[in-house]
Amino acid sequence: MKTGTKYLKLSGLEPLVVTPETNFINIGERTNVTGSRKFLRLIEQGDFNTAVEVARDQVDGGAQILDVNMDEGMIDGAEAMTTYLNLLAAEPDISRIPIMIDSSKWEIIEAGLKVVQGKSVVNSISLKEGEENFIEQANTIRRYGAAVIVMAFDEDGQADTLERRIEICERSYDVLVKVVGFPPQDIIFDPNIFPVATGMDEHKNNAVDFFKTASWIRENLPHVHVSGGVSNISFSFRGNNKVREAMHSAFLYHAIQHGMNMGIVNPTMLEIYDEIDSELLIHVEDVLLNRREDATERLLDFAEQIIDNTTKKKLVVKEWRSTPLQERITYALVKGIDEFILEDIEEARLSASRPIEVIEGNLMIGMNVVGDLFGSGKMFLPQVVKSARVMKRAVAHLLPFIEAEKDGKQEAAGKILMATVKGDVHDIGKNIVGVVLACNNYEIIDLGVMVPLEKIIATAIEQEVDIIGLSGLITPSLDEMIYVAQEIKRRDLKIPLMIGGATTSKAHTAVKIAPVLTTTVIHVNDASRAVTVAGSLLNKENSQVYKDSIRNEYDLFRSKFMDRQETKQHIDLKTARERKLKLDWDSYQPKVPNQLGIQVIENQNLEELVPFIDWSPFFRSWDLHGHYPAILDDAVVGEQATELFADAQVILSEILENKSLTAKAVFGIFPANSIADDDIEVYENETRSEGQVTFLTLRQQLKKRAGKNNIALADFIAPKNSGVKDYVGSFCVSTGFGTPELAKAYEDDNDDYNAIMVKALADRFAEAFAEFLHKEVRTKSWGYASDEVLDNEALIKEAYKGIRPAPGYPACPDHLEKNTIWDLLQVEENIGVTLTESLAMWPAASVSGYYFAHPEAQYFGVGKITQDQVASYSKRKNIDLKEAEKWLRPNIK
Amino acid sequence: MTAIEKALQDKILVLDGAMGTMLQAYKFTEEDFRAERFKDHPCSLQGNNDLLSLTQPEAIKAVHRAYFEVGADIVETNTFSSTSIGMGDYQMEPLVYELNFESAKLAREVADEFTNANSNKPRFVAGSIGPTNRTASMSPDVNDPGYRAVTFDDLVEAYTEQIQGLVDGGSDVLLVETIFDTLNAKAALFAIDALKEKNNWEIPVMVSGTITDASGRTLSGQTVEAFVISVSHIPLLSIGFNCALGADQLLPYLRRLSKETDLLTSAHPNAGLPNAFGAYDQTPEEMRDLIEKYLEENLINIIGGCCGSTPEHIAQIASVTRDYKPRKTQPISI
Repeated sequence: MKTGTKYLKLSGLEPLVVTPETNFINIGERTNVTGSRKFLRLIEQGDFNTAVEVARDQVDGGAQILDVNMDEGMIDGAEAMTTYLNLLAAEPDISRIPIMIDSSKWEIIEAGLKVVQGKSVVNSISLKEGEENFIEQANTIRRYGAAVIVMAFDEDGQADTLERRIEICERSYDVLVKVVGFPPQDIIFDPNIFPVATGMDEHKNNAVDFFKTASWIRENLPHVHVSGGVSNISFSFRGNNKVREAMHSAFLYHAIQHGMNMGIVNPTMLEIYDEIDSELLIHVEDVLLNRREDATERLLDFAEQIIDNTTKKKLVVKEWRSTPLQERITYALVKGIDEFILEDIEEARLSASRPIEVIEGNLMIGMNVVGDLFGSGKMFLPQVVKSARVMKRAVAHLLPFIEAEKDGKQEAAGKILMATVKGDVHDIGKNIVGVVLACNNYEIIDLGVMVPLEKIIATAIEQEVDIIGLSGLITPSLDEMIYVAQEIKRRDLKIPLMIGGATTSKAHTAVKIAPVLTTTVIHVNDASRAVTVAGSLLNKENSQVYKDSIRNEYDLFRSKFMDRQETKQHIDLKTARERKLKLDWDSYQPKVPNQLGIQVIENQNLEELVPFIDWSPFFRSWDLHGHYPAILDDAVVGEQATELFADAQVILSEILENKSLTAKAVFGIFPANSIADDDIEVYENETRSEGQVTFLTLRQQLKKRAGKNNIALADFIAPKNSGVKDYVGSFCVSTGFGTPELAKAYEDDNDDYNAIMVKALADRFAEAFAEFLHKEVRTKSWGYASDEVLDNEALIKEAYKGIRPAPGYPACPDHLEKNTIWDLLQVEENIGVTLTESLAMWPAASVSGYYFAHPEAQYFGVGKITQDQVASYSKRKNIDLKEAEKWLRPNIK
Repeated sequence: MTAIEKALQDKILVLDGAMGTMLQAYKFTEEDFRAERFKDHPCSLQGNNDLLSLTQPEAIKAVHRAYFEVGADIVETNTFSSTSIGMGDYQMEPLVYELNFESAKLAREVADEFTNANSNKPRFVAGSIGPTNRTASMSPDVNDPGYRAVTFDDLVEAYTEQIQGLVDGGSDVLLVETIFDTLNAKAALFAIDALKEKNNWEIPVMVSGTITDASGRTLSGQTVEAFVISVSHIPLLSIGFNCALGADQLLPYLRRLSKETDLLTSAHPNAGLPNAFGAYDQTPEEMRDLIEKYLEENLINIIGGCCGSTPEHIAQIASVTRDYKPRKTQPISI
């Protein structure tokens, strides 16, 4: 019987054959609960769908093997491994690569082996528990059909010297090949990468010993491979990514030469070997190769210099300013440094025969580097937006010269129209997408906010655009997008549609927009994807294939979605009302507010709001995901987050110093009782005879198990017939006054980065103001929680008593109620915040809502409602059924 | 070296054709399927072809005989669905060992008749191990992609029982066939490897996957190359493809397979693609001419037929095969 070839052959849906010519094999390591806090959180929360996306990112990013690890005390590792690998198996674009089943627990390894159809790699086994156990595990792994990573570990512990490594690897090899009959090409040794520069003498030779072990293994143990977890080497430089990145790539450079041919490496923590600062490289290699007695001390000193910002700048400036012109321009674009760009561009212009060549040549070369780095996940959104700022400044400098020459402009990759639809004023996301696309050489026609569909269509035709991008944040925008799609169909336009914005979703796009069109529509949820999508849509050769695949994907998604919808059962409104939340009103004594009626804050001191800012959503608006402040230390985005945060602080202090934003609020607390189950009657005074306005609330209609209520906000207010005198509050805050002007000033200065920053900060201020005001109301104006002591974190976690739900959000998805708030509080007259036809607030950085004080009051989602509630609502609201359906549509089953 | 390995050294072996197609001609009724023994069985048994090994053994033997008569070297046992999973549909799980044992024994008896009559042409019995009707790496529910209707452990248990019966009944070789989900096959191989170790068996193993359509992949999504890699961890006699495609559609994948492996290769394609009524129209001569391409290109060591093929088809294939040398295997690249 022949044994087959001696190459390591692995498989997912497709083969991976490791030959001597194969380059270093990259193992994706983000799907590891011990190495990624984000992945751990997703698994702990059972959010496997998002966890699958992490794997997809790894595959898209070039991982050739996917390491999956579920070793965490709080989760059932075997079950999580099974579930996750089963889900990956359903994703052909992920499961095409082999899986590395990574665990220190045998039961988890075996659980993984039972669900992969391809030939995977087990990570890892060792002689730690003795030879018998080792043989049994190896034999079982062979029977399941997997390769194996063997750690240099035996009964006496982990190998930490060259001699011990060789001894254990040789013994492991002999047992595996001679006793178990394990194919030698299926053995991968991990001879332990240990940190260097720890200050301990016995660690000095750790890297050298690894290199020597790798060479020895490849020379003496036929057909095997060598792998390892690279980030260990730089353990003592945590917090100094610059040094760590240099250490990783220098280590890999030498390790690969010594025969290491695969490894677990975070690609974002890897500098390109040739690009390591030459002085730094010498210091790093002194340590790795143990070339000097004082190597560690010298690297530590040098590392401190790098941390020290002023030194760093001087050092770096000296370096890159002396490079050739193109390198300087590329460097400035990649690093987003605009300090020298005008002088460099001028130099380029003088040496070019025509000014346009500077754009088409020098600048595009640099932007292509940016595009590649961004596309491969090595740059993040804020960096790209900064690059765009440099690009814009450079182009602005060149334009007059180009104009003077009066010739054509550079050929754009395509023309894309961007608009926030009618009735909506939110544009942060749209602007980011616009900037990123512009960086990638698309011509952007940005029609701004509140753009009527007639204007979108007319401009699209007139300008012959290639793609229309629509954005929106509030739910009525979803309908507006459908209208645009209908118009595209009616006019028989062939222009593909891109949909984005916080309220949009693939589900809405697939279910509501795609069926309207015969042409392409695609939901793009982040800026980085917009570039690939636009590229695919406009690819001359195979855009049709892409379009067809999108259509198929959305058709399939729609049918699955519809199937799923049918499984949820709903009850009629009457039954839902019978199942309402019945609070014990007999024993409840509402706090009589300290001050009733409307109050206005004309000019709130912004400084007071700063402590109330919740920064996590700020990072999210820049596509950096994670919780503040942990995000600043995140392994992947930490550095970027820190930089973005620092930039934000600069703008923040400018805003505070110049008082360039004005914060205003109007709020009030009123006598109120609930009537007819679902409505809240608000009275002028304590006689409670005259109803001033009535808030209509919507009730959950999802069929729930026994004992669970179908809630409406009205349940938190005492019913009129209970005789209890209850109260409700309402508010509107805005910090948007001054935002458009400030943003415009930056835009005029070709600084989109800071223009977007201003808007993002204004939004944060508005939310902080709402939080601040809520506290004031709880502790003072209403005073039901006058003794409350909560820090900011507790506030963000909403640990306080009472709620402040906002119309348009899950507990009260009905935007029409904003009109009632505007009537009650005279919002426009008092502070000048207006409502658009879609009931978005203007200025955009505004928040409005209600106050409920009952201790049982909680946030919830209304979910889908049925037609009988829509009919009841239209009657109570005294509007057409059609009108009611229009506003409630996103919630109608 | 086992007798079948010896025989394969200098000739191409011919595998039989379809069993189901042949049994249809008998037009067995519900009563025929039940016979005396199962007359009170609680559910309908018509269509449980594997049961005929117990209730109509002469018919099964007649089919084996028909294939040996036209020149087949190997017949497959009538056990394609004889696992506790397959027999669950007929409430016959307790009969699984007996079904496999008796089916192997029937085939063994017929094979020995022919070998005894002509010892220059030894005949062999391949224990047929089907994929079961469940998939271990795919969800039957599109809305729940993480769900599995069968686990690896379930399959190992079911296959272990089947294999024990097949070997005890006298199979010369085990044939894990019609693999549309590689994970199912890996469970069968896992069971085989464990039983071989436990019982010290020498029995060789053939593996035959199914490329479902022009995508060139198995139903579970693997390419030819990935499939080969995924089942090569257990010592195999041969690897090949069967079912789903006709001989002409299968050709490109056999070429890739032949390049990819230093194991012996096998193929038992369908007699063309089914027509609108699910029947196979390809004539024995047409099938022979298509198979002759395999032989001309030297792609094959074991050849036969799957759905729609009859003794007439196998007769043609056997006669053309005599003129060709078997594929020479050589180490691919060390």
